[in-house]
Amino acid sequence: MQRYSGLSIFLHWLVAILIIAAFALGTYMTDMRISPAKLQYYAWHKWLGVTVLGLVAIRLLVRLWKGAPAYQASLKPWEKNIATATHLFLYFLMFAVPISGYLYSYAAGFPVVYLGLVQLPALIPPLPELKDTFKEVHEVLTTVMAILVALHFAAALKHKIIDKDGTLERMLPGKN
Amino acid sequence: MNFQMKNFVRLSSATLLSVTTGLVLASSLKLDNAKSSLQITFKQMEVPVQASFKRYAVNIDLNEKQIEQSKAQVEIDMNSLELPAPEYNKEVQKKEWFNAAQFPKATFTSTSMKLISPGKLQVNGNLSIKGKAVATSFPLTYKAEGSQQTFEGSLPIKRLTFGIGDGEWKDTSMVADEVLIKFKVVTTK
Repeated sequence: MQRYSGLSIFLHWLVAILIIAAFALGTYMTDMRISPAKLQYYAWHKWLGVTVLGLVAIRLLVRLWKGAPAYQASLKPWEKNIATATHLFLYFLMFAVPISGYLYSYAAGFPVVYLGLVQLPALIPPLPELKDTFKEVHEVLTTVMAILVALHFAAALKHKIIDKDGTLERMLPGKN
Repeated sequence: MNFQMKNFVRLSSATLLSVTTGLVLASSLKLDNAKSSLQITFKQMEVPVQASFKRYAVNIDLNEKQIEQSKAQVEIDMNSLELPAPEYNKEVQKKEWFNAAQFPKATFTSTSMKLISPGKLQVNGNLSIKGKAVATSFPLTYKAEGSQQTFEGSLPIKRLTFGIGDGEWKDTSMVADEVLIKFKVVTTK
């Protein structure tokens, strides 16, 4: 069986954990009452987003460099097509969601200071009148991503439990 | 502005405060609200945040012949602070922050001025926020162009000196103690 490269596997699961953490934090923090903890979570959420963005850029390069193993021979053409489309769309969203959040923060007048150390460049000036639009875009993209991640997860389980075709194992660490 | 007689400039604070969106003058002098600004900058977890007061009254007795005899008085409506996120505008009016219900206004009253160089003054005075007065000193630049006067300056303060951000907000790693007040007062004839 052919697997993804060790680096690809590592990055996949690391990014997966960070995305879930950023999503959970993002969902939770917005409904909190104003408190130091809320501000703390906003900062962490932004740091996670920036980290995901950086790691996904590396991931994409690794993917282009190392390539991906061929699909299992047992897969039907429609399965391959849906998988490819989902992966492409997920890559797009892994860039689009953090970038939209980043722009939303700057549009709202809050620079992003990564890890409290480095102020990241303002790609746009504060745009108070567009703030709500950026927020909407960030939320809609996030929702679409959540649906796709759920689909991705369900498909992985289907291949593992129902098809038992070794598809999931391609993204799990192993001997070969 | 007319400097011929006593070189006296007076902006009526009572009139100014009665107007919500613009600042109007009792005499022929007008404070140019569009060109004037009163901003504060502070750091929240190292993130620089800018906010501005939208309503304030400025009362300047400018003695151009003897500039050091000039006097300045500023009154700031604490309810008028606009932060980048409107939901925080209400938050800062609360007891832990400005306690605007009890202390609706911050004031600055000059006690003395010293000419440092042409167009530059060192202003000493009392800054009172949240009922606490503190002696402060800051440089002020002054520029006259035709009928327009521009006064600009900034002064750093520490929020905890005035008890701004009490209780759970005392933590300065979350909201820094240092706050920079930056102002630009433009008056026209």
